[in-house]
Amino acid sequence: METVTRSAFHPEVESYEQVNRDAMRLLTPPGRGYVALLGMSVALVGLLVFAELHNVLYGLGMIGDNWAVMITTFVFWVGIGHAGTLISAILYLFRAPWRQAIYRFAEAMTVFAVLTAALFPLLHIGRPWFFYWLLPLPSQRQIWPNFRSPLLWDVFAVTTYLTVSSVFFFIGLIPDIAAARDAATTPLRKRIYGVLSLGWRGTDREWRHFTRAYLFLAALATPLVLSVHSVVSWDFAVSIVPGWHTTIFAPYFVAGAILSGVAMVVTLMVPVHKIFRLGAYFTPVHYDRLAKLLLLTSIIVGYAYGMEYFMAWYSGELYERDVFWDRVTGDYWWAGWSMITFNAFVPQLLWIKKIRQNLNAFFIISVFVNIGMWYERFVIIVPSLTHSYEPWKFWNFHMTWVDAGLLLGSFGWFFMWFLLFLRTLPGLSMAEIKEVLPPPMRHPEHHAHDQADAVRETLPTGYDEREVR
Amino acid sequence: MSKLRTGVLGVFPHLDTATAAIRRLRQEGFQLTVYSPTPRHEVEEALGTKESPVRIFTLVGAFTGTAAGTALATWASLDWPLVVGGKEIIALPAFSVIMFEVTILLGALSTVAGLFILGRIPHVGQPEAPMYHPSFTSGNFGVFAHAPRDRYGDVQRIMTESGSEEVLVDQR
Repeated sequence: METVTRSAFHPEVESYEQVNRDAMRLLTPPGRGYVALLGMSVALVGLLVFAELHNVLYGLGMIGDNWAVMITTFVFWVGIGHAGTLISAILYLFRAPWRQAIYRFAEAMTVFAVLTAALFPLLHIGRPWFFYWLLPLPSQRQIWPNFRSPLLWDVFAVTTYLTVSSVFFFIGLIPDIAAARDAATTPLRKRIYGVLSLGWRGTDREWRHFTRAYLFLAALATPLVLSVHSVVSWDFAVSIVPGWHTTIFAPYFVAGAILSGVAMVVTLMVPVHKIFRLGAYFTPVHYDRLAKLLLLTSIIVGYAYGMEYFMAWYSGELYERDVFWDRVTGDYWWAGWSMITFNAFVPQLLWIKKIRQNLNAFFIISVFVNIGMWYERFVIIVPSLTHSYEPWKFWNFHMTWVDAGLLLGSFGWFFMWFLLFLRTLPGLSMAEIKEVLPPPMRHPEHHAHDQADAVRETLPTGYDEREVR
Repeated sequence: MSKLRTGVLGVFPHLDTATAAIRRLRQEGFQLTVYSPTPRHEVEEALGTKESPVRIFTLVGAFTGTAAGTALATWASLDWPLVVGGKEIIALPAFSVIMFEVTILLGALSTVAGLFILGRIPHVGQPEAPMYHPSFTSGNFGVFAHAPRDRYGDVQRIMTESGSEEVLVDQR
């Protein structure tokens, strides 16, 4: 007699084998739609290369003043990365069972977003081949980089973040690549996955050290991710430009990063869900939790916006007040109001259960937040710089085609990596989804106490989780 | 203590039967290599696994990182003392960022080193147990008992009684 127990989170997943079958469906040869999307991404990368070639050949003259778009886009992409680490590392430490099905996508997004962000510091220096001047190496006169400068902190923070999140991503992939190797049908695939899996077989020795190492990597990645956007915010906050010189910047940036990152997770998840029919894995519970995360960070960001205005007024400082007034009434009022509307107000729609449950609505909200969060960085950078202390120093920002090329190209670059990942590496973490499934038992009743309580968490969502699929 | 290169592999579609086999085989004094598609604490309990020493790698790596970050920033600043922005040559509040980031970096990398060394990854050469089945990364649990040829019969009996669906014998 065999009783089948179902996971509360994945009631439609019957067995361990089914997880593998479904995850392997992602690795089947792609169709035309995929090739078209990939082609578009590669074309945008071409635009990026073309724009950068212009910079290399003719200098940075065609970059809008103060690298505004490059810095905005850098901060935007670093921020996007944060939600992936939140889901993969912080929620791992919290033992949140809804993390397992979505974390691989989120983490891939992190790695590629940071990879995209890392382009901009390199390109904005004008001669990217001298990037090693950023590293802690002495110049020919034995002068070292300035360790008291936030820009060097940024180098350390972003390179550490890129390294650690890539390592964390790859380590988590090993058991799943081994599963892909064992399921591979062609000798070439078997060979490639065989090499990438590093000979993993899932022995007790491997798991024993793997689980511990994974825990410690998560524990290290958690403070790291909080530090990275804090350091990015200090690039601004340590200077004395009005609108930048505030202590709220670090938590404000981290909350904003998670807001934008969760929005990007949803923007990527919904199409993947629909195209690959992953309803059994991306359940309404997952979207519900993501919606709440989005709502929470949106409220924090909204609070930070309000607090900035309060402090500008309360400080009594003329320049500070002027810059903040200028943000909503000056030349860039449209950017200022887009930021406030898209980040603080639009996500409030998620309080309504009907909207939270509706994938299309949630997807549209997430796209708005993505746009709003790009504007947030734009609003922090451009209006403050164009409108700082002396009126004779005021200037106007104009986006050039090189700026636009780099911005669009960064999306192409990001989506190119993401699309390649989707069809070549396991996007669902098979080993970790199995952790929240009830293990196959011959005599379930005898081992009732053995079955991890993690799988039996009651769902506080308040609606039937099968409704929306 | 190297394990015997011969033995018997039992394929178990259920977790409870696999742990039952592990317990009985351990009582009989066999050394085991257990395959599982996902880490299960039941397997660890049946095997009596001790805490992994990876944590020592993490600790040592992280502290080395703190020291290295401090040393790099301090030494480089002293190498050509240059006052910038009226700050101290050794400005600890500013250096704390460097110290923190290098702590995390080396802590994480040495954790991976610990995993690779202790877990014997990447696996090259002869694997720990000579027999394997591709279903172990999918849905089945596997118990390989390292046994001399004359005890194959005992192992096979225990595996089948515990509920193994397929018992494979190393024929070499």
